[in-house]
Amino acid sequence: MQIFDLEAEGLRALNSTLHAQAEHTNQTVWEIVNPKGSHAIAVGLDAPIEVNVKGSTGYYCAGMNKQATINVHGSAGPGVAENMMSGTVVIDGDASQYAGATGHGGTLVIKGNASSRCGISMKGIDIVVHGNVGHMSAFMAQSGNLVVCGNAGDALGDSIYEARLFVRGSVKSLGADCIEKEMRPEHLKILADLLERGGCDAKPEEFKRYGSARQLYNFNIDNAY
Amino acid sequence: MCGIVGLFLKDKALEPQLGNLLTDMLITMTDRGPDSAGIAIYGSETTDHAKLTIQSDEADTAFDGLAKALGDTIDAPVSLAQKDTHAVLDLPADKVAEARAALREINSSIRVMSTGDTLEIYKEVGLPKDVAARFEISGMSGSHGIGHTRMATESAVTTMGAHPFNTGSDQCLVHNGSLSNHNSLRRKLRREGVHIETENDTEVAAAYLTWKMRTGSTLGEALESSLDDLDGFFTFVVGTKDGFGVVRDPIACKPAVMAETDQYVAFGSEYRALVNLPGIETARVWEPEPATVYFWNH
Repeated sequence: MQIFDLEAEGLRALNSTLHAQAEHTNQTVWEIVNPKGSHAIAVGLDAPIEVNVKGSTGYYCAGMNKQATINVHGSAGPGVAENMMSGTVVIDGDASQYAGATGHGGTLVIKGNASSRCGISMKGIDIVVHGNVGHMSAFMAQSGNLVVCGNAGDALGDSIYEARLFVRGSVKSLGADCIEKEMRPEHLKILADLLERGGCDAKPEEFKRYGSARQLYNFNIDNAY
Repeated sequence: MCGIVGLFLKDKALEPQLGNLLTDMLITMTDRGPDSAGIAIYGSETTDHAKLTIQSDEADTAFDGLAKALGDTIDAPVSLAQKDTHAVLDLPADKVAEARAALREINSSIRVMSTGDTLEIYKEVGLPKDVAARFEISGMSGSHGIGHTRMATESAVTTMGAHPFNTGSDQCLVHNGSLSNHNSLRRKLRREGVHIETENDTEVAAAYLTWKMRTGSTLGEALESSLDDLDGFFTFVVGTKDGFGVVRDPIACKPAVMAETDQYVAFGSEYRALVNLPGIETARVWEPEPATVYFWNH
C-alpha cells in the first residue's frame, strides 16, 4: 500500500501521482493522510486503483472519476463525485451539497446523510444514501438511480426527466412533474441490486418509487405561467 | 464567496486561546475572501463601563489627545488604548450616545466600529493574516467571537464595507451571500430610527436584527423573522453579549459547517476552518439545515 501525506506534499503532487498510475499499475492501493478538508482530492482518476482518504474532504473530492474506487473515511464537502463516469465512491460520513451532480455512471454510496441537491442533473450514476437527502435532490435528473434509505427533503425530483428515485422514509414534498410510481417486480430487482452494492440491509419492499410524469417534455399551455 | 468563522466557548479554560483559535480559522478562509477581513471578540466586562472601538485612516495623529478632548466634552473619565488604525475607548456606559456624537465633532475622520460592554471589532482592507497581525488578535482572550473574510459583491472594498457589522450594543453579524431587498429595507429601518452608515447589504441585515430585538424579539425570534423579511442568499453568524446564532436562507446555496463539543460550538464556511480546533476529531459535525435557526446562550 502507498501512503501519501497531503499536508506534506500538496494537492498538485497528489493528483499528478494518482493520474500517473497506468491501467496495469502495481501500486493499486493508496492511502491519503491529513486531508484536513482540502479541496479537489483525487479528482479525474482513470485507473482501477483503490484510494482511501483518511479523514474529511472539502469541495469536489473524487470528481470526474473513472474506474477508481475512492473511500472517504470521514465526511465530504460540496460536490463530491461530481460528474463521475464510472468506478465507486464511498463516503463513511455525511456529504454536503450536490453530491454526485451530473454523474454519468459509476456508484456513489453515502453512509450518512446527504445535503441539498443530491444527484442534481444525474445522467446515469447510481447513488445510494443510507440516511436522508436534503431539498431539491435529483433536480432535473435524466438517468440513473437514487436510493434514499431515510427521508427526502422538499421538492424531490423537481423537473425530473427519466431517473428512478427510491425512498424508504418520508418525502417532504415532490417537485414539479415528479410523481409516485408503481413498484413493479423489475424495480424491486434493480433496487435489491443497488442496496446490495450500497451495503444496505434495507428490504426493497420498504421503498416507494418516484419518477417523471413526463408532462414537462413538450410545450403545453397549462405548464406556462 | 466570503468566508465566515465563529467560535462560542462553553469551557472557560479555553478563553485565553479564543483570539488564537479564531485567527487560525480566519486565515484558513483567506481564499474565500482576500479583499478585507474583520473579527469581533467578546472579551471581559467592566462594571458600568462601555467600550467604543473606533478607527481612523489618520491614526498617526487622530488619537493624540482624543481621550482628554472627549472626556472634557462629555464630562466623564475616558481612557484610550490604540491598536494600529483602531483604538478602544473605555467610558461610562451611560455616556455612549453622547460620546458618539462628540466624536463626530472632535474629528470627522473617526469612524465607530463597535459599541458594547464587552464587544470589540477590528476590521480592515487586506489579507486576513495581515489584518489579524496588525491588531494582534491571536493574543486576545474572550468568551466568543466571529470573523469574516470578504470577497466584495455588494459595495466597495473599504474598511466600512468590511464585516462584522455592529448596529446595536454588543450585537454584530457576518454574512456570506447577497441580499436583494436591502435598499427598500434600509429605507424602512431608517424611518424606524435605526442608524445605518453604509450602502452595504450586510449592515442592513445586522440593523434588521437590532431593530427586531429593540422591539421585543429575542435573538432566536429575530433570526426566525429574518427568514420572512430578508430576500436573497445568506448564511448569517451573529453574536450578542452572551449569545451566538446561525441561520441560512431556505435555498441554502452558501456553505456552512458546524461542530460542537463539550468545550465549544464552532462555525466555518468550510470544514477546513475547523480542522485545528481541539477535539475536532470527536466533535459532532453537521451542516445546518436551510431556514433553520440555531443559537446558543451562556
